[in-house]
Amino acid sequence: MRATVIDYKAGNLTSALKALKHLGAEVIITDGDTASIENAERIVMPGVGHFAATERLDAMGMTDAVRAAIARGIPFLGICVGMQWLYAGSTEAPDHAGLGHFSESCTRFSDGAEKVPHVGWNSIVPRVGSRLLEGITPGEFVYFTHAYKAPVTANTAATTEYMEPFAAAVERGSVMGVQFHPEKSGEAGLKILRNFLEIAR
Amino acid sequence: MITRRIIACLDVHAGRVVKGVQFVDLVDAGDPAQLAARHAREGADEIVLLDITATHEGRQTLLDTVSRTARELFVPFTVGGGIRTVQDAEQVFEAGADKVSINSAALANPELITAIGRSFGSQAVVVAIDARRDPEAADPVREAQVYVQGGRKAAGRKVVEWAREAEARGAGEILLTSMDSDGTRAGFDCELTAAVSEAVRIPVIASGGAGTVGHFADVFTHGKADAALAASIFHFGVKSARSLKEELAQAGISMRLPC
Repeated sequence: MRATVIDYKAGNLTSALKALKHLGAEVIITDGDTASIENAERIVMPGVGHFAATERLDAMGMTDAVRAAIARGIPFLGICVGMQWLYAGSTEAPDHAGLGHFSESCTRFSDGAEKVPHVGWNSIVPRVGSRLLEGITPGEFVYFTHAYKAPVTANTAATTEYMEPFAAAVERGSVMGVQFHPEKSGEAGLKILRNFLEIAR
Repeated sequence: MITRRIIACLDVHAGRVVKGVQFVDLVDAGDPAQLAARHAREGADEIVLLDITATHEGRQTLLDTVSRTARELFVPFTVGGGIRTVQDAEQVFEAGADKVSINSAALANPELITAIGRSFGSQAVVVAIDARRDPEAADPVREAQVYVQGGRKAAGRKVVEWAREAEARGAGEILLTSMDSDGTRAGFDCELTAAVSEAVRIPVIASGGAGTVGHFADVFTHGKADAALAASIFHFGVKSARSLKEELAQAGISMRLPC
């Protein structure tokens, strides 16, 4: 099991790398070498922090390389901002486009009864048939920390409620994303990462 | 539904978990990596490791401890103590922490909050506030004062004001310790916790005074805390996070269970 992890200098990668290695994956880190994306068995894009950090992917030539890899069916997993990047964009950085693999945009939680950001363990309800979330039962808890979210659509692989339902995970073909942090979500999170590592092109 | 978090805190001195009253009479409570793993296994939602020595000479020991503790830990992991610069924070993140907790360094240089957040994201910056009520003031809670040096010296700031400033500068969470309650096992300072929690939009972690299940229930309901932290009641096998959470769930508090 090989996983190529994109390092675009947004936050720290240590936790994600540690979890992948714990599961027995051979991890390759790329910070600009597009050839390693072309040759990837599967791609993981972690991410914490601000959507604008994904701007660096364009400068690195990564956006086009990832688009080509996805077109060839190479499995892709975006985590947190890495998931949001799969969409057309985010109101967090309106001038910067995402990959646009999913046509919707990410928006901030509206001010309401609860605090924003959404931080802590919340439950997910997976869609039947999701490969990424196979074996995850409805109501299982995972760890979130985010202020922006993707809408629930036909591609949503799991939903979570926080003032309103939002997409906790997205999945179409081999392109997948999770808003939560599987590397910080105990056994449930490790199971999800293991599922991804077992998805072959 | 979002759950309230139960956080296990490890006070670490020279690579060992210690427990004492007000930082004196330290008793060895075990190996940080083993204890962190045990707390996670027993249902803790998060682990905080505080280096209470935080000396320059002890940095490498701390980084080794963080790295050893993080290796097999798959729940959020916060490290605090002696983090004074972005470089200090970076080393702790590289060793495997998900968040850093900063206290006196943030008071001395509030720009540090913004700087760490810019590089690692707001969610990675916890601002720790040591608070004491001001018994002389007309409103001892609203006028509660920030303390430094383990609660010995007033920083000349009001707690609620400083929490708001920390949020505005990009803190992701507030870790509020009541120095009046700390070590007493007589309950959290719920009024103070509620005053801070209502003043900010970011999560507030209550600390200081945990002794019974009822204390946790109070701080989540009356104190409006998003999370509660305890050290001593989890050491020496007194009570596991899981049994605490089961009792809290029965009292109607939303908890991550089974865990």
